[in-house]
Amino acid sequence: MSSDDDEEVWIPLREREEWKDVEPIPQDDGPNPVVPIAYTSQFREVMDYFRAVVARDERSARALNLTGEVIALNPGNYTVWHFRRLVLEAIEGDLDKEMDFIENMAEDNAKNYQIWHHRRWLAEKRGPACMNAELEFTANILSEDGKNYHAWSHRQWVLEKLGGWEKELEFLVQMLQEDVYNNSVWNQRFFVITNSPAIGGLVAAKDSELKFCCDAIRFAPDNESAWRYLGGLFKDDKSALVRSPEVIRVCIEELAKDKISVHALNFLLELLCRGYRPTADDCRLLDFPSEGLSPEQLARQVCERLEVADSMRRNYWAWRKSLLKKANS
Amino acid sequence: MSATTREQKALEAKVSDVFRSFASAGYRNRAFLSELWREEHLDYLLKGMTRLPASFTVLDSSRPWLCYWIVHSMALLDRQLDPALQTDTIEFLKHCKDPLGGYGGGPGQIAHLATTYAAVGTLVSIGGAQALSSIDREKILEFLLRMKDPSSGGFRLHDGGEMDVRGCYTAISVAYLLNILVPPLLEKLGEYVASCQTYEGGIGGEPGAEAHGGYTYCGLAALIMADQVDSLDLPGLLNWAAFRQGKVEGGFQGRTNKLVDGCYSFWQGGVFPLLQQVVTKLISQQTSGSSIMHEEIEDDSDTEIGGIMPADIETFTAEKLFPVRKARNQQHRPFHNPTALQGYILLCCQVLNGGLIDKPGKSKDYYHTCYCLSGLSTAQHCLSTNPEDHPPSSHVFGPYSNLLDSTHPLLNFHMKRYMEAVDYFVSKA
Repeated sequence: MSSDDDEEVWIPLREREEWKDVEPIPQDDGPNPVVPIAYTSQFREVMDYFRAVVARDERSARALNLTGEVIALNPGNYTVWHFRRLVLEAIEGDLDKEMDFIENMAEDNAKNYQIWHHRRWLAEKRGPACMNAELEFTANILSEDGKNYHAWSHRQWVLEKLGGWEKELEFLVQMLQEDVYNNSVWNQRFFVITNSPAIGGLVAAKDSELKFCCDAIRFAPDNESAWRYLGGLFKDDKSALVRSPEVIRVCIEELAKDKISVHALNFLLELLCRGYRPTADDCRLLDFPSEGLSPEQLARQVCERLEVADSMRRNYWAWRKSLLKKANS
Repeated sequence: MSATTREQKALEAKVSDVFRSFASAGYRNRAFLSELWREEHLDYLLKGMTRLPASFTVLDSSRPWLCYWIVHSMALLDRQLDPALQTDTIEFLKHCKDPLGGYGGGPGQIAHLATTYAAVGTLVSIGGAQALSSIDREKILEFLLRMKDPSSGGFRLHDGGEMDVRGCYTAISVAYLLNILVPPLLEKLGEYVASCQTYEGGIGGEPGAEAHGGYTYCGLAALIMADQVDSLDLPGLLNWAAFRQGKVEGGFQGRTNKLVDGCYSFWQGGVFPLLQQVVTKLISQQTSGSSIMHEEIEDDSDTEIGGIMPADIETFTAEKLFPVRKARNQQHRPFHNPTALQGYILLCCQVLNGGLIDKPGKSKDYYHTCYCLSGLSTAQHCLSTNPEDHPPSSHVFGPYSNLLDSTHPLLNFHMKRYMEAVDYFVSKA
């Protein structure tokens, strides 16, 4: 076997000069532990020394290195991460070096809560100067997995705590161009619109967002993300939904093209329940008989169409229907 | 085609294949194919209790979880650990206690809300005085209070740890069970969870985060136990949750436009019985302010979909193969399609030599075994009007022997063991 330069030979802690003064503490699982893991001797030893360090609450450089060794073997050990933070604070550790440390772990552990939490803690300590690095880092993770939940959460935290709002919409537009069905991106867009100091909230952004969203719906009418975003724009004022001509139009247009578009029908039902009264023209486009139909009857027909066209959710549509008043025609 | 649609189509093709084999099989084979392989799963579960290979080192901070996933799954399969193993488990969990209260991921690890939930859940599932008396209610309360963040209303998962909706659920559910749901724990809880409900209707992990099945279950359950569920937009939540069930697969996705996963059988599937529990508030919110709705349910006779026999259809989807059952009236209808969910779990999520999975092609693990079984149990029992009765065979997909013991909808602990535990804690308080 060739030995790479990169390959480090593991030296047991008991053979290392610097640890000669420490007595390792074995794990106390009790007499007949259940769910026992067949640890390697390396893992067992590292943990034994870690226990000793915690017992004497030693916050030193060698303690820091030891936590690094534990983390490499089990990045999910939240106790070790917690202790590592205590050590870093006590010895005023080099935070740039710490950044390198977790950067190296990031790709293989993109879904580990502890690493992301540690990163957040670190970024908070380092302050606004690391804003770009954090945005770049999450962008890299997202280029591998555009829906990584932790990455998006971290990105939201960075924007709020450290800034960087200006370029975010552009970043999101690019991601949507690659995959308009990426719901995490739509969620992030909503986050930006409602929180960015540069935008002024939902009310200010509504018109441009409406256009953006309706274009996306027309491009991919089966994209639930876009339809939910459309409803989301009226989250704080649901009654305004029925007063928006663009909303009505996109819904009716879609149904005119596809009578059984489930998302459009879902939306239409919402509109009717909130007071939308289709004109005779609307009804014609919707392929509903326009004469003498009360809104309750119209809503009932929408539910019945959905019971058949979206029969997985038949129980839900039947329930929605059951709440409609029986109309007196 | 985008990455999302490509992956979705690929999964649909795999699942349709499985369903096609099922549909074209004769009656006898269909019974075999839809059977829950109880003994195989029990073998897999029991093995985990007594020996785990080195690859499990990454779960060395989740050992109470391993206990819960295994013991709870066994309980649903109506199997108890033998007395020696029960004692060993109780003894082991004692060694996971943090002197300051709560349970950590292993001996010597600081307390964590999730592992505290798991440890308590394990002890409840084992049941009996030995297990229950080992739970230190006072110390646990101290721990819960320390994790509470009064300014936001949320809970940190551990000292200096992250804060998210899981914290609310694990803290509140333990307090609820142990009857220590004191006012400081409940302060601003409704506000915090409501701030995590997104424009989509589901709940995210933190304010602003994407609506997600796991956090939705956690947030809704926590608020029901805290009696603060009015803080949520319940109709929005229901609409979002209903759309998470795949029309081809029958299983649930965790987020919009993502793939279904067996574990969401419980997280998402479990949301519907909870909404049923607060149906009065749900109806009130759904109908409020609408001139065309009212709170009285108008029952229609079920419109006949038409008998769909496998021979008639070209694509084999859960929607067509496992339609919702007709129900006499609205009160007896769940909001989702539990038949299709059971079909997905049994036909697509079982591994031949034991264990359950995320989706075809994935490997088994104890987490998915636990939540697929929990989701299966919930789906089998959710149509039952009386929790004491056994559901009729029409509610159980596959042979009636598939019927699992019922699980508590808010806690996901074995129902009978839970009731015994409540009696125990009442007698002690």
